[in-house]
Amino acid sequence: MVWTNAVIQGILLGGLYALFATGLSLSFGVMRLVNLAHGDLAIFAAFMTLSISTTLKINPLVALVIVVPAAFIVGYILQRLIFDRVVGVDPAFQIVATFGLGIVIQNALLEKYTADTQGLNVGKLKTSTIKVNDTIGIGWLPLFTFATAVAVLGSLALFLQHTKLGRAFRATSDDADAARLMGIDIKRVFAVSMALAIATVALAGVLFGSRSSFDPFVGPARLIYAFEAVIIGGLGSLWGTLAGGITLGVAQTIGRQINPQWGELFGHCVFLAVLVLRPTGLFGKVQSR
Amino acid sequence: MEDQTWPETPFYSRRHILALGGGAAAAAILAACGSSSKSSSTTAAPAGTTPSAATTATTPASATTAATGGTTASATTAPAAAAGGTNAAKFGGGGGDGTVKIGFTAPLTGALAGFGEANPFILDAINKLTANGIMLGDKSYKVEITQKDVESNSDTAASRAGELITSGVDLMLAIATPEMINPVADQCEANGVPCLSTLAPWQPYFFGRGGDPAKGFDWTYHFFWGADQLVKVFGDMWQTVDTDKTVGLLCPNDPDGNALADPKTGFPAGVSALGYKLVDPGRFQDLSDDFSAVIGQMKDGGVEIVSGIPIPPDFATFWTQAKQQGFKPKLVTMAKAVLFSSAVEALGDAGDGLASEVWWTPNHPFTSSLTGEKSKDISDKYEASTGKQWTQFVGFVHALFEVCFDVLARAGSTDKKAIADAAAATKLDTVVGPIAYGKNGLPKNISPTSLVGGQWKKTTGGKFPFELLVVSNKQSPEIPTNGTLTPLA
Repeated sequence: MVWTNAVIQGILLGGLYALFATGLSLSFGVMRLVNLAHGDLAIFAAFMTLSISTTLKINPLVALVIVVPAAFIVGYILQRLIFDRVVGVDPAFQIVATFGLGIVIQNALLEKYTADTQGLNVGKLKTSTIKVNDTIGIGWLPLFTFATAVAVLGSLALFLQHTKLGRAFRATSDDADAARLMGIDIKRVFAVSMALAIATVALAGVLFGSRSSFDPFVGPARLIYAFEAVIIGGLGSLWGTLAGGITLGVAQTIGRQINPQWGELFGHCVFLAVLVLRPTGLFGKVQSR
Repeated sequence: MEDQTWPETPFYSRRHILALGGGAAAAAILAACGSSSKSSSTTAAPAGTTPSAATTATTPASATTAATGGTTASATTAPAAAAGGTNAAKFGGGGGDGTVKIGFTAPLTGALAGFGEANPFILDAINKLTANGIMLGDKSYKVEITQKDVESNSDTAASRAGELITSGVDLMLAIATPEMINPVADQCEANGVPCLSTLAPWQPYFFGRGGDPAKGFDWTYHFFWGADQLVKVFGDMWQTVDTDKTVGLLCPNDPDGNALADPKTGFPAGVSALGYKLVDPGRFQDLSDDFSAVIGQMKDGGVEIVSGIPIPPDFATFWTQAKQQGFKPKLVTMAKAVLFSSAVEALGDAGDGLASEVWWTPNHPFTSSLTGEKSKDISDKYEASTGKQWTQFVGFVHALFEVCFDVLARAGSTDKKAIADAAAATKLDTVVGPIAYGKNGLPKNISPTSLVGGQWKKTTGGKFPFELLVVSNKQSPEIPTNGTLTPLA
């Protein structure tokens, strides 16, 4: 029974990882941009939500109505101002630019909010739970997080498959130069994909801030699981990202069930195993060469 | 393909995927080093507190210095000072005879930045106090305090200490965690510079540096409570609540967690000494995202008391999940995780009733030897000037400067040997209690401070949402309690 619970908690945790990974999956998929400030942007959004919810005295989840569109705009501007300059050039520039952005965000948050630990108080949702039996309890907040991840990834997948802009995304992803020749404004595609990426990671940051607590320096630790979820799931597949997140989450909770120290280890081992045995990931659309 | 804007090969090649894997590995390294590696790239310590005091030292005595002058000892105590005693530092004199340089290392950015949060407030007061110089012997010296940010990184701490020593500091002050203090103290010991420190349990400070209790160190002195006291204080609290006497351990795999999970010197020994049962699920990694396995084991083991030393985000994750999983211990005594009111507030209502170790509160019945202020006066001033609730650091950083100026006054000069000798002979009543090194069979460099147990309680209509009340003082009866320990609802 404890194992069942471990798997259930792992799946729910995987939803959060997938939500963190969605943005990376998009930005790497569309423009090969590795954004090392991804985790810091999530924490940035959590702090913004904190300010908005305490100022307006509203539930942090209600504040998402403001934060997510704002993050969309921030992503669009970031792409136009900074990331456009490093897309398609030597990856070292991307790493330096995005890493630098991360440091700027951390220290700006430190300046404004100090190093205090903060939490988002989502009220009853935080601790209320569906009690299945004495061993298994399913918290509403993890469940909500998981449902959000499925909804976000699902609608993004639909968007990519069934809209004109989505088709432009896929074309740009396949071959940016050819897409440009066909008259696609790839700069706009880049900007919209980054806007979507930041909007989703803002959502992830707020849900993370609701289940745990955060300070200006916890962002980088979020990045690694996002990366791993993308790779385990397979590049170019959003559903794969969800599967990757869940795989990672379950590997961690199972590892912890064996020994609390082995959670991260199991997660990383699964990631390495996938990288070695199936570099395209579980659902990667591409053959390896 | 390196030179091309866009690779002409299909994008999802093995090479790309491995490249992204490499990126993930880089991120793993970043995450492993924690924020410290990131913050170490931030340049230039905010040394803004440096010599403003010294440059304005020729101005006539301000109200502050005049007032504090009244609390100081007479000049006659200065020559006999090294023997120790109640004499305090005497400020003033214009600082025309020289400069005493004080180095101060503290984490101001990075994961440990919270420890340095009170520093601007304290340094502001100290700079005002010393604006007109300090009397060492019959000479008046300017006081120049240079604060360096160690960026929550041990390597940075070592190099900042080296810079300060090279710049010729006469005395070093260091705060916050063995990881930040030990490299500084080691540098000072090696270079013959006296170093005073606090804000780290003394065992990892002393033994972590390879200290031999019989010999001790020549230049470096430390005051703080010890891990043994922590176990005793928590034990006292466990006994006041009616439980099934089963303690669950929440200790991460980090220096603090491993030290307190040590079978001989940590919680396990304390638990069995009381005849309690221990459920230890094992060490976990810092910044874990899921505690369902730990919670499951505690539930199965019938745990009614949870104790340990996790970092605040991990405790928040644990506690939220415990509620979701229907785990309801009667008592939670947590070191480190709920020291700050902000960490408790981050938990919302779930923060009510959590118990923690207490080193200093506004309620501590001590007085500053520097300013004559009581604990409450200092915390009130802190709250008024910062708008934030007091923290335990306020008292300890203040006390560090009390010891600093007391030692300098008794040394009577800027001679490093004289300063180190004066430090060894310290006997001072500070705002955190009496400080005297090497008493009661402890190593000669160590002065323990009192430790009591506290519980966070929700206030009704108070200035701040939670207040920390002293509920257990068996180990240090001189600290009055101002609340009673109540089991969690």
